[in-house]
Amino acid sequence: MKRFLGFIKKEFLHIFRDFRTMIILFGIPTAQILIFGFVVSTDIKDARVAFLDLSKDEATQKISDKICSSGFFRRVDDLQNYNEIDMAMKKGIVKAVIVFGDNFGHDLISQGKATMSIIADGSEPNTATLITNYVTAIVTDFNRELAGTSATGNILVQPEVRMFYNPELKGHFMFVPGVITLILILICALMTSITITREKEFGTMEVLLVSPLKPVHIIVGKVLPYFILSFIDVIMILVLSWFVFDLPIRGSLILLLAETMLYILMSLSLGILISTISKTMQQAIFMSFLGLMLPTILLSGFIFPIENMPEAYDWVSAILPPRYFIVIIKNIMIKGTGFMYVWKETLILMIMTTLFIGLSVRNFKVRLQ
Amino acid sequence: MKEAVITVKNLVKKFGSFTANDNLNFEVYQGEIFGFLGANGAGKTTALRILSGLSSPTSGEVIVAGYNAKKDPEKIKKNIGYMCQKFSLYEDLSTRENIMLYGGIYGMSKTLIKRRTEDLLTKLNFREYSDRMISDLPLGLKQKLAFSVAVFHEPKIVFLDEPTGGVDPITRRQFWEMIYETADRGITVFVTTHYMDEAEYCDRISIMSDGRIVALDTPEALKIQYGAESVEDVFVKIARPKP
Amino acid sequence: MQKIIEASGISKKFEATQALKEISFEVNEGEIFGFIGPDGAGKTTLFRIITTLLLPDDGEIKVLGIDAITGFKELRKNIGYMPGRFSLYQDLSVEENLNFYATVFGTTVKENYDLIADIYSHIEPFKKRLAGKLSGGMKQKLALSCALIHKPRLLVLDEPTTGVDAVSRSEFWEMLKKLKQYNITIVASTPYMDEAMRCNRVALIQNGNILSIDDPKKIKEGFSRKLFSVRAAEKYRLINSLREYPETLTAYPFGDSVHITFRNDSYNDSIYEHLKKAGIENATITESEAGIEDRFLELMSK
Repeated sequence: MKRFLGFIKKEFLHIFRDFRTMIILFGIPTAQILIFGFVVSTDIKDARVAFLDLSKDEATQKISDKICSSGFFRRVDDLQNYNEIDMAMKKGIVKAVIVFGDNFGHDLISQGKATMSIIADGSEPNTATLITNYVTAIVTDFNRELAGTSATGNILVQPEVRMFYNPELKGHFMFVPGVITLILILICALMTSITITREKEFGTMEVLLVSPLKPVHIIVGKVLPYFILSFIDVIMILVLSWFVFDLPIRGSLILLLAETMLYILMSLSLGILISTISKTMQQAIFMSFLGLMLPTILLSGFIFPIENMPEAYDWVSAILPPRYFIVIIKNIMIKGTGFMYVWKETLILMIMTTLFIGLSVRNFKVRLQ
Repeated sequence: MKEAVITVKNLVKKFGSFTANDNLNFEVYQGEIFGFLGANGAGKTTALRILSGLSSPTSGEVIVAGYNAKKDPEKIKKNIGYMCQKFSLYEDLSTRENIMLYGGIYGMSKTLIKRRTEDLLTKLNFREYSDRMISDLPLGLKQKLAFSVAVFHEPKIVFLDEPTGGVDPITRRQFWEMIYETADRGITVFVTTHYMDEAEYCDRISIMSDGRIVALDTPEALKIQYGAESVEDVFVKIARPKP
Repeated sequence: MQKIIEASGISKKFEATQALKEISFEVNEGEIFGFIGPDGAGKTTLFRIITTLLLPDDGEIKVLGIDAITGFKELRKNIGYMPGRFSLYQDLSVEENLNFYATVFGTTVKENYDLIADIYSHIEPFKKRLAGKLSGGMKQKLALSCALIHKPRLLVLDEPTTGVDAVSRSEFWEMLKKLKQYNITIVASTPYMDEAMRCNRVALIQNGNILSIDDPKKIKEGFSRKLFSVRAAEKYRLINSLREYPETLTAYPFGDSVHITFRNDSYNDSIYEHLKKAGIENATITESEAGIEDRFLELMSK
């Protein structure tokens, strides 16, 4: 028994004296609760909608006002014709468009019913479903009010729901691109993060340094093989997505591959940067895998929309590369957009890549201390 | 006739098709300082692990401190001390904490631990280091402390695996005087080393080569047998390393 | 003859420890220069400064005529370095390791094969084996080959014989001696005192200080007193008893004998009486030549 207690005491001492263990025990749970609490929400708040109102009469005004004042939605634009709907969705400006046909008010009174459409962005099925449900509920409420005041009896507004890009509301349209984003950054960063630290740990780095090799040779030399091999990985993942999940590639395949390779290059560079900072492989793995995984899952818009997060988190999300790639990959694969719709995100990824490589070369210690 | 604390009969240890220990036979007597030499890859570490209850023989009979290595390895572990070259002490605990921890692990009573701890700290001249982290101590001091901890519970036998690697010449000698003193108290010391001059401190030595024992006797007798000036010369003559 | 290394006043501190304390020394072209000292003496730190991997806190050092602090890029092309633990790629074969280092230094294995032939021939039969699966002695030979393959003017070997069996250690120094014909300067460190005799000159180093620099023979001869060896069957009792003898100055165990010095550099028969009282009957005392280790112990205790 004594043995056992003595052993337990030793274990406590080890824990208290190890900074990293203390972080895992106390720091991470605190951070997680704070993040989860604010990020995980199944509500919508200030969802951006646009209106295409071809009647512009009292009825449409009433319904629009009701929708806008509900607190769930925010009116960002008034469209003029049907053609603008596709563009607005592709640009990602709005999550849904509410369409009132012409003669809305007139039809309501004369025929007792009128149609309106809720066109939602199906590439985020969860949000889309919520939006359409909420709007439908608001319209139902309007119907009830109308029925109460009307002399003629049943007057109904029937919202017709259409999902753009994802008519069957397949969950994996949202999910799989997110998973691709997550996997690529984790694996790529992980691989390169341990390659330099491994040389440091095994002592071969010393010999490499006392040689004609320049730091930039070493860094690029370590990224290149992974870059080439990752290409095969990407093909494999896309083929699997297509076959198993019926994920379409509506946009240009070449653009998709090019953007994916850029993202991979960025991830590999991030891994190299991590490895210039870490002293041991354990540290490198900790930083690249654990350090990237949770923020990517929670804050990049992968599952939980960024719009729903408090503004402070929005800032954090802004420095996460996956946030931008998710937009790119969804746009190209599901919305079928061209380069013009993703040029901003592409540029940001390019800047990040250059930054990571530059910092890595600068950080790379030509000496052991 | 002195009591045999280690008896090894026809010990064989195989790893797959590779025979690491090939039919070893020897005895070690109480209070002896027994040197276990051999080139890297000769099978020393394998044999040492079996003797200290950490690994079990493929065949043959091995009795250590009265217990059978195959049947009661746990009992062996309780009755021996063990010191390996680099990792005996916890770097993030202090000197005193390490001593008391091991005392607890060995199952010693609180009063006994306390008394012996104070004795040890005084004898080694360690008082000023008693609350310092092991990581802050110089190598020589660590080795001496590790040895003391290994015999803290006064076991029958203590196994030392290359205890003096890289240590300065003065500390090495002090360490060996600690070994002498320990053997004088009746504790058998089984030590492996790469320093050939240390082999001369032993009462008897064995030299392993290629899984077999190729020499076993007092250093003096071996030097006469092989017409050598030193144990190193004997070693070079009979222990060719494996590639 | 050019000075291959010129160092003066080199100091280096790590957190609380002063690893090197104003070290000064010179190494001549073509010599085998050894740094002899235990772990913690500062050998590895010094070697990292020589190979430009660390900057000294103080002092100046020129290697191959180039300032090691500012000219590191040039120096790194011209030094062959074998750090502790050999630093080979464990998952590459013998051949692949050698080819890699040859290529990195802009040469081929063929070009300088004659330089490493003696050494490499021992491991060539195993050239397809992964470096991780080699024995200590083999790894040592491979690491040496890799360090030599680009025919450097200076070879820096950090503890190349540590953890290697006695036979391989001996063979290694023989191989180094043969390199002299190529006029390669060799600087090596070792904790094994006996290896000092294999060098042209050695520096004895302990706790960041150089205790002595000279031809090892001269260092031995620098032993300041007469040395005697005492032998008896009861080793432990012998040393204790000798320490209690009033005329004893120092007494150290040395394998099968005790090396002793006396206050007056001589002894008389009273010593035998003293030993008999401790139960030691058949002690023999002979005057001996001091070895490098004796001198090291003497310098250490100053």
